[in-house]
Amino acid sequence: MKRYYLQILTLLVASIFILRLLLLQIFNSEYKSLSEDNAVLESPIYPERGFIFDRNGKILVANQIAYDLMVIPENTKIFDTVELSKLINLSIDEFKLNFYKAKKFSRKIPSIILGEISKEDHAYIQEKLWKYDGFYLQKKSIRKYYHDIGSNFLGYISEVNDLDIKKDKYYKTGELIGRQGIEKYYENILRGKKGKKFFQKDRFNRIIGSYKNGKYDLLPETANNLKLTIDLELQKYGESLFKNKRGGIVAIEPKTGEILALITAPNYNPNILLGRDRSKNYRKLAKDTISKPLFDRGLQAQYSPGSPFKVLNALIGLQEGVINKNHSYVCNKGHFYAKDAFMECHCKVGTKNNLITAIHQSCNSYFAKTYKKIINSKETVSQGLDIWSNHLKSFGLGDYLGYDLSIGQKGFIPNSIYYNNWYRDGGWKASTIISNAIGQGEILTTPIQMANFTAAIANRGYYVTPHFLKSTSEIKTRKFKKKMTTIDSIHFKPVIEGMEKVVKYGTARIAQIKNIEVCGKTGTVENFIKINGKKTQLTDHSMFIAFAPKTQPKIALAVFVENGYWGSRWAAPIASLMIEKYLKNKVERKWLENRILKGSLEIEYSKHLSGKPFKINE
Amino acid sequence: MNKTYLYRIDWLIIICYISLVLFGAVNIYSTTYDNSMNQGFSPESLAGKHIIIFFVSFLLGFLILFIKTQFFQQLSYVIYFVSILSLIGLFFFGETVNSATSWYLIKGISLQPSELAKIGTALAISRHLSDFNTDIKKTKSLLTGLILILIPFLLIILQPDPGSAIIFGSFFLVFFREGLSFNYLFFLLIALILFISTLLIEVKYIIILLVIFSLMIFYILNRPSKKIKIFPYIIFILVSTTFILSVNFIFDSVFEQRHRDRFNVILGLVEDTQGLGYNVNQSKIAIGSGGLKGKGFLEGTQTKGNFVPEQQTDYIFTTVGEEWGFVGSSLLILIFVILIVRMLNQAEKQTNIFRRNFIYSICILLFSHFTINIGMSLGLLPTIGIPLPFISSGGSSLLSFSLLIFIYLNFDSNRLNEW
Repeated sequence: MKRYYLQILTLLVASIFILRLLLLQIFNSEYKSLSEDNAVLESPIYPERGFIFDRNGKILVANQIAYDLMVIPENTKIFDTVELSKLINLSIDEFKLNFYKAKKFSRKIPSIILGEISKEDHAYIQEKLWKYDGFYLQKKSIRKYYHDIGSNFLGYISEVNDLDIKKDKYYKTGELIGRQGIEKYYENILRGKKGKKFFQKDRFNRIIGSYKNGKYDLLPETANNLKLTIDLELQKYGESLFKNKRGGIVAIEPKTGEILALITAPNYNPNILLGRDRSKNYRKLAKDTISKPLFDRGLQAQYSPGSPFKVLNALIGLQEGVINKNHSYVCNKGHFYAKDAFMECHCKVGTKNNLITAIHQSCNSYFAKTYKKIINSKETVSQGLDIWSNHLKSFGLGDYLGYDLSIGQKGFIPNSIYYNNWYRDGGWKASTIISNAIGQGEILTTPIQMANFTAAIANRGYYVTPHFLKSTSEIKTRKFKKKMTTIDSIHFKPVIEGMEKVVKYGTARIAQIKNIEVCGKTGTVENFIKINGKKTQLTDHSMFIAFAPKTQPKIALAVFVENGYWGSRWAAPIASLMIEKYLKNKVERKWLENRILKGSLEIEYSKHLSGKPFKINE
Repeated sequence: MNKTYLYRIDWLIIICYISLVLFGAVNIYSTTYDNSMNQGFSPESLAGKHIIIFFVSFLLGFLILFIKTQFFQQLSYVIYFVSILSLIGLFFFGETVNSATSWYLIKGISLQPSELAKIGTALAISRHLSDFNTDIKKTKSLLTGLILILIPFLLIILQPDPGSAIIFGSFFLVFFREGLSFNYLFFLLIALILFISTLLIEVKYIIILLVIFSLMIFYILNRPSKKIKIFPYIIFILVSTTFILSVNFIFDSVFEQRHRDRFNVILGLVEDTQGLGYNVNQSKIAIGSGGLKGKGFLEGTQTKGNFVPEQQTDYIFTTVGEEWGFVGSSLLILIFVILIVRMLNQAEKQTNIFRRNFIYSICILLFSHFTINIGMSLGLLPTIGIPLPFISSGGSSLLSFSLLIFIYLNFDSNRLNEW
């Protein structure tokens, strides 16, 4: 025993060690990943986010430098908290809280004390920051908006939240993501693709060099700039016209489907969603449930289309052969469309309207009779209604249009299934649903859908899916298919003639522009809301669709002004000014421009909120 | 010295020795490598110093080979006395590093006299055991031997350098070769178990367990046919209780918090990977991340990031584990085993008791360093700061171990030259 005890001990210890090594190195992979977390830092390299230009190459959105005030708690010395918080314009409590959080997070790693300090403040703070050890300013790129317009379709960017990270593994905490509008829809193009750089860390989490000489590093993919179809000047002008009003404009170039302007009012200045007050300002916008600035009325609001819808019924009537250009009906301040059911019209007693006069006089009786004929043209009313419904769908109504923003509404075009459910089978006939003839009833459209069917009329039978993106740095031209409507092009001629007369002699004479043939159709849309659970009628919406010039149209638009009363009161002049601005580049009718710019509907909007009884359509 | 000397020299040990030292230099280079500096190999670096000491040892070792073996035996007590003096001198001229006064600083070169004392103590014990009058089974001889160990042990405790002190304590193992009853080893084991359980369990429960355990054994062994005395069991219980109480007292009152923490971490009483358990945890991560083949020379991310403290000295094994993996680490352990077992086998061939016991002392030194150092790196033992022989950076340690190897080579080659 005494000759071998030490050998035995040595072998025993050695075998324990080898067993332990086996456990640590071979049968436990946990340590490997622990080591990587521990010692290798993966640091992203971000390409600069793409710029956004208007259709003429004018810059809308670029990037600017802002500064984050950082602190490494370990490096700080005793300092005057009051003075520093005053310098950076932060309340002492907030400052102390942020500093405490930074300390708690790590004493050695930098944390943000105050984010997105503007360039101007930066200069001032930088000058005095030497007094405070451990604090420094770190550059950062944020968006810069060159004009206070278009926040509804431009959208904004902000830091990703937990949900974004869960949805898309690309993002890491603290990175930026497009939140709405173009920034969201074209996020992948605008952001490019981040690269990676690996660093070797030491035990204090400090970087001590690149990891394996950059063997695993990945270069970022450059971001693309976007050129939008929006016309900056037109957009700006449209937004100014809508001051103190609610509603919007959708303007489209008919040939290409390019959206020239998308105005929603009220809107907000995109710059307020930058910098350190973003969340505060955003909450304010989101909480405003009365004027709803975050609600894009041009894309999301569903209204009854009103009288402009009559032109579609005229086209369907022509296509189905139930009327022709010269066919006329008599109107006696309206007509009885069923027993004891009278539809009012503003035509004088004994007016005889053919198609063209019916359009420019906006004769309810004419279109009610036409609609009845369409519905009754087939064996059953169901078939008739479905034919009508399908024609409308070919104009892009009743469904998403498929434009390149991720918000919108379908609108609604009723078909036989809907009414069969509603009234039970066969419980309805043309007269039951007669309101559809004049764009009231169950029909719902969004303004962009209205602008789109106006463009289809301007094109005499087709439209191109409306869109915002004209080109990117990579894609120079985009190709779109023409979407044909189910109406033959010959039928558009009389309808367009009627629309031209609306402006020349009819309800929208105010929309006339010197040397430009404008075709349009006014609308005055009844609308209701619930006040304390009671259906209450409010002042009508003012509506106008138009395109110009008559031949080779360059612009088609839909304008609506909430509670603006009749169509030619607000919507028609606004549309007319927009057309003049776009086609002539300047507005000569200063008197009209002034009237619109100064006009306010705020009193109208406050009526039903006052809680007192009020009158409408004053 | 004649021609046959070269044939008789133990080449296996030389090969093991050289490969350990060179492997040590490679690993020291890796722990101190800074890729931002992109420096080459320089004599000023720690790895360079390691190699320089290696050459110095070779020169000195070559001289040692020609010294007559009797010389060591005759000068044993002198060398021992000198080394004890050098330990005492520390209290007057010593340099304090990391709150331990263990160093002389002479013209920029630091010397650790406890390393010299290892050689001196080994010589003195071997000399004592080889004396004609010594019989280790007798209390007097045992006590003399213990005193030879105890003097440097206490002087080093006072520095304080508990790690090295434990090494001196391990010299006790030599006595078993000379016939000391293995019962002592058994008692030592029981003491160790009692020590650890004192830290784990409350004192009163241990004492209760101890009494129950002893009485149970007594009743099992006590048969009507063969009566045994109860007296030794009572003595055992009393001694153990005293031991437990004193351990409890020493642990709570004499130990400093950092010493307590080390035991607490290793026994799993405290889970704290950032604070107290940081070293142990980082060490395990580094070794564990090495996998089968390791990350390769200079590729260890933990090593580069300096996650493991004192990596070039006490925790050098973590670099081995990370960069050379299971294969490299096992190989290193294997070389140590070959070194120790081979030397022990050769020692048994010695007819001279002094030389045999001296070689045993060398092996015990190697064994205790090897066990404590690697055991600590693997998280099996508490943090005790002692170097891994031949591998760790540190001139005094490498020099003294090298000299010990050469003394062994001398003794082994002259095995047949009876005097």
